[in-house]
Amino acid sequence: MGEMKTPVLIKKGAEASLYLAKWHGRKVIMKKRLPKKYRLSRLDEQIRTYRTAHEPRLMHEAKKAGVPTPIIFLVDMKKATIIMEFVDGKQVKQLLDEVSESQRRQLCLKIGELIGRLHKHGIIHGDLTTSNMILDSDGKIFFVDFGLGEKTSELEARGVDLHLMRRALESTHFRFAEECFNAVIEGYSKVLGDNVTKKVLDKIGEIERRGRYIAERKEEA
Amino acid sequence: MEKYCLGIESTADDFSVGIVTFKGKVLANIISAYMSEEGGIHPREAARHHAIAANKTIREAFEKAQIKPQDLTVIAFSQGPGLGPCLRTGATVARALASYLDVPLVGVNHCVAHIEIGKLATKVKDPITLYVSGGNTIVSAFDSGRYRIFGETLDIALGNCLDVFAREAGLRQREGMPFGAVVEKLASKGKKLVLLPYTVKGMDMSFSGLLTAVVNLLKRGEYRLEDLCYSLQETAFSMVTEVTERALAHTEKKEVLLTGGVAANRRLQSMIEAIAEEHDAKFQVVPKQFALDNGAMIAWTGVLAYKHGIVTPIEKSFVKLRWRLDRVEVPWVK
Ligand SMILES: Nc1ncnc2c1ncn2[C@@H]1O[C@H](COP(=O)(O)OP(=O)(O)OP(=O)(O)O)[C@@H](O)[C@H]1O
Ligand SMILES: Nc1ncnc2c1ncn2[C@@H]1O[C@H](COP(=O)(O)OP(=O)(O)OP(=O)(O)O)[C@@H](O)[C@H]1O
Repeated sequence: MGEMKTPVLIKKGAEASLYLAKWHGRKVIMKKRLPKKYRLSRLDEQIRTYRTAHEPRLMHEAKKAGVPTPIIFLVDMKKATIIMEFVDGKQVKQLLDEVSESQRRQLCLKIGELIGRLHKHGIIHGDLTTSNMILDSDGKIFFVDFGLGEKTSELEARGVDLHLMRRALESTHFRFAEECFNAVIEGYSKVLGDNVTKKVLDKIGEIERRGRYIAERKEEA
Repeated sequence: MEKYCLGIESTADDFSVGIVTFKGKVLANIISAYMSEEGGIHPREAARHHAIAANKTIREAFEKAQIKPQDLTVIAFSQGPGLGPCLRTGATVARALASYLDVPLVGVNHCVAHIEIGKLATKVKDPITLYVSGGNTIVSAFDSGRYRIFGETLDIALGNCLDVFAREAGLRQREGMPFGAVVEKLASKGKKLVLLPYTVKGMDMSFSGLLTAVVNLLKRGEYRLEDLCYSLQETAFSMVTEVTERALAHTEKKEVLLTGGVAANRRLQSMIEAIAEEHDAKFQVVPKQFALDNGAMIAWTGVLAYKHGIVTPIEKSFVKLRWRLDRVEVPWVK
């Protein structure tokens, strides 16, 4: 990969290890998807390769849709490694718990708008959590971790995406999950309009009522 | 004097009665399983089975526990989530018994009960729980008063996916050898991995695309059934393991609990064990009699709730078909 200087492990995520390094004079993040011992190696390779190829593509598309994402510098399929711009900022996950109520609302409105832009351009993030959003010093919110995303405009996929956002808020910011989610939806509807937003909300409701006893168990339950 | 709680479980195809002491000793745990010929659940038929089995199962539980009905302090029943007709049968029995004995009633959430009995049986304290059964696929952990859901299925449950595939393949289940176990046995003779849809979205998973794909391959008849079982298991179990690992990494809990009917699967156990090891967490599988739907778990959760002053007045004892785990306050957990 050439000229990679002193990579320092900054985060060992569940899926990948992230290193901070210097590359051609720039601060970069090296994201390496590590083999998982519990999976058969063939399945494991297939999953890692797919996500490594897929993630930069979606990040690129997201940027075109007006959603800040790190610049991709290099993709090494064999090593399941991506080298991208380091976003110097703070995770929304931490911020939400620190800021005032009105700042929280502003953040969530903005997040909702960004999700709206993704969806409007047929992009599903696939893992909307507050740790995958970073606020930089210019006040821009960057989205990262598109490995589970997809390209579709289906209502179901949009509903799942926002359902994941809601659940992430509920499981890590339960004290103000509701106000945050409401603001997210408000921002979302600014981009996609009330009509679409209502449909997506109905879908979320349906998704959350599922998960148990469908297929042949459904009809009489 | 020792205090006792009797618990009635009837969310799906089993009717079960458990009796536990307030200190957490399980005195009886009698399960009457309903198994239809072709597999799959027919809620009304199952409910009919429950109504018939109730009397005998309760009597057996008292005999086993060696106590009298008058010794009971409280009666607990599974109030949801589950199948309407089945839940209602259990609730009716519980109400009748409680009013006859003039003791309070406690409505228990089935999913909470799975976690609580798992903790009691394996002595873990604050785990990430993977609960995989015929009706549920949930990754959860306690935080601030409730069991939060970190991941779940977006469509069908893992056990249901295995069951439907087995049925499509013309396999038969019998007492002590449920569909999942039949698939496991065949899978152990599989060698060739067929790539199938692997669908993880955030912390959630979807099994219906996987099921459709593997059933289509089955019908094309180009692959050995053993290889399909093997591939189905590898794919589906890798998905739940990935999600469990992410929950483990995010919460940094130090224990992992595996429960529900599918927890009996050795391959799944080894995968979950591997991630627990990777994160320095302790791994426990709930023993079968407490991992399947059982009355003891309802009784024990009833004790925990009752000790915290929670009772369910008769007029509020209606069943809740879709009562989510994360909607229940569990004040007894620190
Ligand atoms: N380019 C970047 N610049 C700065 N921080 C980043 C960057 N990419 C990722 N991060 C931070 O590192 C964390 C982990 O990255 P990422 O989500 O891509 O890894 P992961 O292994 O998929 O994580 P997960 O545990 O969610 O599976 C992110 O939540 C984000 O806060
Ligand atoms: N060895 C095994 N491997 C995989 N799956 C198994 C195995 N043994 C049992 N199962 C599956 O477990 C499921 C039954 O478990 P359980 O009794 O907990 O489910 P249930 O009655 O649907 O419960 P719930 O109401 O909790 O959802 C079935 O899907 C069955 O095929």
